[in-house]
Amino acid sequence: MIAAAVPIETPSVDLWAIAPIMALVATGVGIVLLRALLRRHAAVTPAAFGLSIVGLLVAAGLLVRQWNLVRDDGPLTSFAGLVRVDPFAVFLGIVVVAATLAGVLLSYSYLRREGLEAPEYFALILLSASGMLMMTTANDLIVVFMALEVLSIPLYVLAAFDRRRLRSQEAGLKYFVLGAFSSAVFLYGIALTYGATGTTSLTGIATFLSQNTLFEQGTLLMGLALLLVGLGFKVAAVPFHMWTPDVYQGAPTPVTAFMAAATKAAAFAAILRIVTTAFPQYRDDWRPIIWVLAALSMLVGAIAAMAQNDIKRTLAYSSIAHAGYILMGVYATTSRGREAALLYLLVYAFMAIGAFAVVMIAAPSPDDAKHSYDDYRGMALKRPILGGLLIFFVLAQAGVPLTSGFIGKLEIFGSVAQAGETRDYILLVIGVVSAVIAFAFYLRIAYTLVTAPDDEAALESAYSTTPRRVDGWTGLVLFAAAALTLVIGLVPGTFIHFARDAVFF
Amino acid sequence: MTLAALEITPSYYLVLAAMLFTIGSVGVLTRRNVLVMFMCVELMLNAVNLSFVAFAKALDDITGQVIVFFVLVVAAAEVAVGLAIIVAIFRRRRHATADDLQALRG
Repeated sequence: MIAAAVPIETPSVDLWAIAPIMALVATGVGIVLLRALLRRHAAVTPAAFGLSIVGLLVAAGLLVRQWNLVRDDGPLTSFAGLVRVDPFAVFLGIVVVAATLAGVLLSYSYLRREGLEAPEYFALILLSASGMLMMTTANDLIVVFMALEVLSIPLYVLAAFDRRRLRSQEAGLKYFVLGAFSSAVFLYGIALTYGATGTTSLTGIATFLSQNTLFEQGTLLMGLALLLVGLGFKVAAVPFHMWTPDVYQGAPTPVTAFMAAATKAAAFAAILRIVTTAFPQYRDDWRPIIWVLAALSMLVGAIAAMAQNDIKRTLAYSSIAHAGYILMGVYATTSRGREAALLYLLVYAFMAIGAFAVVMIAAPSPDDAKHSYDDYRGMALKRPILGGLLIFFVLAQAGVPLTSGFIGKLEIFGSVAQAGETRDYILLVIGVVSAVIAFAFYLRIAYTLVTAPDDEAALESAYSTTPRRVDGWTGLVLFAAAALTLVIGLVPGTFIHFARDAVFF
Repeated sequence: MTLAALEITPSYYLVLAAMLFTIGSVGVLTRRNVLVMFMCVELMLNAVNLSFVAFAKALDDITGQVIVFFVLVVAAAEVAVGLAIIVAIFRRRRHATADDLQALRG
């Protein structure tokens, strides 16, 4: 009987497809192992730091190799269609790895300064980044869910990493409860989609829907809506944004920078892939949802940011508004729209990291707790370079010409204007209005930085902590972020072409 | 009508799962004790598991049952991390209700 049994057919496995993910996982596990072997040796944190940089560079090298491979030979599908490496995935993978590298570089001096040195920190960042890379290549709803969890669970710990600071723990707990809630909602969306179509593969769903007409649409539409709700939480789109300001404010600042730049890229990878690959037949059903999410995110993000008194909170609300602009690119549904969304994710990553890097290094009080406008008043007068950089980054986020933020917004608005229906123009007007409102609070930050308090004594005490030296790694991140923000603004051609090459699934 | 005549179809399980999911989500949104909120999230995940199994039975497809194992693993990992965060807060505060966590607002 046993001899007659049919051998199990295993799916073809191409390890090149997941090589960057494996590099990050191996480095993360290696760091944990290192910690177990070296215990409390003084060199353990520097070693973990060095190892994580090596791992990220290896992953970046593998991604470049994959880019050349998939551009020449077409997309690579492996693991029985679970993983799909295409230019789109590699592009966002590069954004994620760059943001992770910046987050790691920022963390080193920060952890030392705050007395939080622990090698596990780097392992957590790398494991979270591996989940994000998995998310960019996921071609099956279950892989998307697993990636969502692999990226989120380390982030919950990272947000709560500052054990002595209650705000950090509170941020971690809030992120955890709402993150777990949104994952469950997302999972229910997968279950209903599976029930309606009989498959969880994104291409399988599209094939099924193009060949069959569903007898009753309710299950599938409910599933699609729940999927969008779950991912809406992750990209911080209104009305699923409640956690964002609290978590961005409470989390250690390098974690905030990493979270803002990298998580957004990964979550938008999932949104774009799900709506474009799996549900092209249902575009008339999901486009209105995206329309509402985009419009609300842009308006609520910009208006609520005006009412804030804390720089990290303001930047959190501005990240909500930016999510709205990227959703406009998703709404456009054209390849031009996808290109604009990809470009925006790239430029936003550097603008956000730059701004949070300045906030991290310039924070006036020793324990990363005071970031109110009053604490920053007159900062640019005392530290012109750092203050100037923060002004540059917020103006770039506002979309001032000659910065990358302007190019990003231009592409997004252009892609929506191209479609040319009335509701497209309405969304466009909302976007422009939101950009104008946003200018007000970005300028308020800039104004706060350059105005001196009334008298000399107040100036002395206003921004008075002993000037903190900018260490080499932070300087490198600041320089790279500023240079890229400027270069993309001045010569956008290369980067637009790069994004254009990446829109094909 | 006797009880034997009542045929239990997958729809029964789906409706039960939907009810459990609703109870769980309402619990997360209304309860103030963090541990109870956490239990409600688990209830939501298990409601989804039930609907996966029911769909797998209805579609005569093994995928839905396999997914349940993935979900169980994820739920276990979430429990580990979530309880650790709750314990860390509890050590400082001696109690853990959401109303006490009001340092961050605005």
